Parts: sequence; structure tokens; C-alpha cells
Amino acid sequence: MRRLAKGTVLAVWLLITLFPLYWITVTSLKPKAEIFAMPLRYWPGEVTFEHYADLFSFADFGAYLLNSLLVSLAAAAAVTAIGVLGGYTLARFSFPGRGALMLAFLVTQMIPLFIALGPLYLLMSDLGLLNHLAGLMVVYVAMLVPFSTIIMRGFYERIPVALEEAAQVDGASRLAAMVRVVIPVMLPGIAATFIFAFVQCWNELFLAITFIDSEDAKTIPVAMNSFITQYDIDWGSMAAATVVSVIPTLVLFAVIRRYIVEGLTAGAVKG
Amino acid sequence: MSQAAQAARPAFTGRKARFVALCLLPGAVFVLLFTYYPMIRGAVIAFQRYNLFDITSTPFVGLDNFRAVLAEDRFWTALRNTGTWVAVSLFFQFFLGFGLALLLRRHFRGRGLYQAWVFFPWAMSGFLIGLLWRWMFNGQFGVVNDLLLKAGIIDERIGFLATPGWAMTSVIVANVWYGVTFFAIMIMAALQSVPAELYEAASVDGASRLRQFWHVTLPHIRPTLALIVLLRIIWILNFPDLIYAMTGGGPAGSTDIITTFLIQQVIGGDYGRAGAVGMLVLGLLLAFSVFYLNATRFERSR
Repeated sequence: MRRLAKGTVLAVWLLITLFPLYWITVTSLKPKAEIFAMPLRYWPGEVTFEHYADLFSFADFGAYLLNSLLVSLAAAAAVTAIGVLGGYTLARFSFPGRGALMLAFLVTQMIPLFIALGPLYLLMSDLGLLNHLAGLMVVYVAMLVPFSTIIMRGFYERIPVALEEAAQVDGASRLAAMVRVVIPVMLPGIAATFIFAFVQCWNELFLAITFIDSEDAKTIPVAMNSFITQYDIDWGSMAAATVVSVIPTLVLFAVIRRYIVEGLTAGAVKG
Repeated sequence: MSQAAQAARPAFTGRKARFVALCLLPGAVFVLLFTYYPMIRGAVIAFQRYNLFDITSTPFVGLDNFRAVLAEDRFWTALRNTGTWVAVSLFFQFFLGFGLALLLRRHFRGRGLYQAWVFFPWAMSGFLIGLLWRWMFNGQFGVVNDLLLKAGIIDERIGFLATPGWAMTSVIVANVWYGVTFFAIMIMAALQSVPAELYEAASVDGASRLRQFWHVTLPHIRPTLALIVLLRIIWILNFPDLIYAMTGGGPAGSTDIITTFLIQQVIGGDYGRAGAVGMLVLGLLLAFSVFYLNATRFERSR
């Protein structure tokens, strides 16, 4: 009886969790007439890919995809590299200003970057980086560096110092020891950090709509934001765009789920 | 940091100092230039007349921007709404998440797979989730209306996102849907941190499962719960994405929270006022953060 009740509750919650995703996918596969027809059909009467085709013909979705991919890959790579270096020094050295730096990084995690959206716009304008993917990239790097550095520091601290010292005794320099001995052990953590940063950039909306309005620098969220008009949304295209943009992140998050959970809980549970 | 690692830390000499500086420089420069500098400039702009449509004259105007913001009804509505949005979302996220964590606590076949599926909203942005629910809550063709009609709960369709009271309920439902998993995961981890010996001792003493939960589990995870909740409050406060996508703060400002209000000021081009609102949000966040940091210290000292 108990088990049955538990199973039912879990099943209902799973249904509630998955239904919105199912619904947007079904909507994206229905012909226009059927999306706006009564009674609602819970299974498409006729499956069509016209909304996906529209995305790539009427809207320049291929270009937006490429822009998003470029910005997210470049920013995530930079963020990860900076985190690998910074996290190492924070974990292995004590030096004046270390505590202050940690605090300065932690504070940024409490304050959303959009609080300074206006001044950031002015700064980007002064630097001539408005409407450039490079501009978006540098801001994303700044947004994610504290996170990646702090999380990397945590990974390093779990690796025994003896491992590096052994390599250094063998005559390797500190940097060589780090590259040859420590990095391979950390590879899963590094990959997880990279993917997490990638997804954050891929999804980012407010900075992107503030800095970008030229057609050739739009990322996916910017393009989707422009699909929202005052009175009407073409829900077929919107649904298709949602599915296209969410699939890569779903796959990537499934890969690193364990690490996200670890990272999240390590912070709070262990204090 | 363990004792051994502490002792093994090399002394801080010239060459090492250079290595450390080189490693930390890129990150520090990015954060300084693109996070702290704009924030400081925003704090200055809050005391200037600074409108994007007339940037030739930007005189200092003292507290005028703050006065203008505080005199606006929409600001106070947004502040009240922020309270509702945070408190109600948090309440349901917490208790549903706690329930889910208790159900997932013991191992069963397929638990890993179940967690993987339940975890998926996390891969989505607040913006996409907002769009998803905007479509589901659609007044005419929305599936929520259709299901409620079929179940006989309502007699005619509700314009969920067009009616002030319902709009707030709708955005909160979406937010709860998104946040339950987070709580479930965090609380599960907290539950697993309770040493098994404590339960063994309790059952030797003949305590019932409910009493064990009340007297063993709850006191042990209480500090962690406090932390999770505080973190979550900050996070929900900083989460305008979902509301922006679902209602844009409407109808008539009924789903505006302080952060959507801030974004509207920026889009409107009045950076002076946006700066003032930003400072007010910052004050609110700072109050929470101080609270949070104190709580962390409290937990460490235990």
C-alpha cells in the first residue's frame, strides 16, 4: 500500500514535470490550423515540420544558431581556462589579498549583472562593442569567471598535494606538474564547468537584448524575444524555436547532472 | 582546507608571487572592468539626471531620482508583488521539494533515471520556461484551460495572463514548477548527511519514525535548510526572466516585481532612475546577504 502510494505520487510529479516539454513539442509539430483549433488535440492529427522549415527560411535561424554557438563556445572556453588557473592559485597558495579576492568573487554571485545594465551598455558603447559578438563574449566571461574560479578551487582542494609534490620531486616545474598530473585528474570537473558555462551563455537573455539589435549579431534568445510582439505570437514558430534551442542544453545537462548536483550541494550542505 | 594541505603550502616568494599574479590577473581584470566598474558607475549615475535620449547634459541632481522612484505607485506595487512572488513561490517550492526529497531518500530501482528526468527543467532558461507556460496559460487555446474544463473545475475559459489576480497566480505556478527540483536535490543531500548511528540510537530507544524525523532528522539538517532557503530567496528575487517572458510585468503592473521594474527602466532609457532602482535592489540584496553570511558562520561554528 505504502509503496503504491509512493509510486503514484512520484509518477504524478514526473508527469507534471514532463508535460510542458511534451506540449511545446506537440505544438511545434501541428499544422497552424490545428494549433488554433477547438477542441484541442493532445496528439497531432497530422505531423508537420513546416514551423521548423519556417525558422530557417523566413527567420534567419541558422545564423542565430551559429552566433549562439560561437559566443557560448568561446566564452565557455575562456571562462574555463581562467577558472583552471585562478582556482589553482586560490587552492594552493596563501597570499595577501586572497580572502578579499574570494569575497569580491562571492559577492558577484549574489548580485545579478543586470543591476548595472545601463552602465554596462554605456561601457560597451564607449568600447565600440555594441552589436558585436565579441562584446557579448567578454561580458559573459566576466559574468561566469567568479563561478568557475570558485568551483575549480573546490576541485583542486580535493586532490592531495602529495600528487603534485611527487611530480615536482621528479624534476617537473610547478606548471608542468599542474598540466601533467593535476589536470588529468580534474578533467571531468573541467568538462562540467565548461558545459555549465556554455549553457549559461546559450540561455542568456537580458544582456544580449541590451547590446545586440543588428540582425547579423543576434543570438537565439534575442531572436526569440523579437518573435514576441505586442498582441500576437506565432506559436508554431515559437514552439519550434523553443525545441531547437533546448535540445542541446538538455543533452549537455544530462551529461553533467551529477557534477551540478555535487557542486550545488557541496556549497550549501558542507558550508 | 586540511592541516596537511595548509602546511604544504609553499612560502610566498618572488617567483611564486609572479605565478600567482599571472594566474589570477585575467579573471580579476574581467570582473573588475565588466562587473565592478559598471556597478560603481551605476551608483554614481543614480545621482545624475541621465537619460539616453539626452546625454549631452547629465548634471548631478542629488536624491531626485530616488524621490521620483519612491513617488511612483508602480514601484510600491512592484515591491509588494516581490513579497508575494518570493514568499508564495518559496513556500510551495520548499514543501513540495521536501516531500519529493523524502520520497527519493531511500534507494529504489530506477531512482537514478527518475532523478535524471525530473531534473530536466534545470537545463532550460527562465525565459524559455516563461514562454512555455505563457502558451499553456493562453486564455483561448491554452492547455491549462482545456484540462480544467475537462475536469469540470471551471465552466468557462479564464484569461489567466490577462486578469490581474490570475496573472500573479500563473507566474507563481510556473516558478514553483521550476524550483521544486532544486529544493528536492538540496534537501536530499542534507538528509543523507545525517549519520546513520543517530537513527540506530533512536530506534533502540523505541522512537517511532515520525518522532525520529522530528527529533533526529530535523534538528540535524536545520542549519542547512536555513542556508538553502536564504540562497533561494536571493535567487527568486533575482529572477525576472520568467515574468518577463510570461507577462512582461502586466497586466497593469500586476506581476511587476522589483527586478522587472528595473529592467523596464533600462529599456525606457532613463538610466538615472534605473540606477536609483538598482541601488534600492542592491540594498535589499545586501540585507539578505549579510543575513546569509551570518548564517554560514553560525553553521561553521557548530
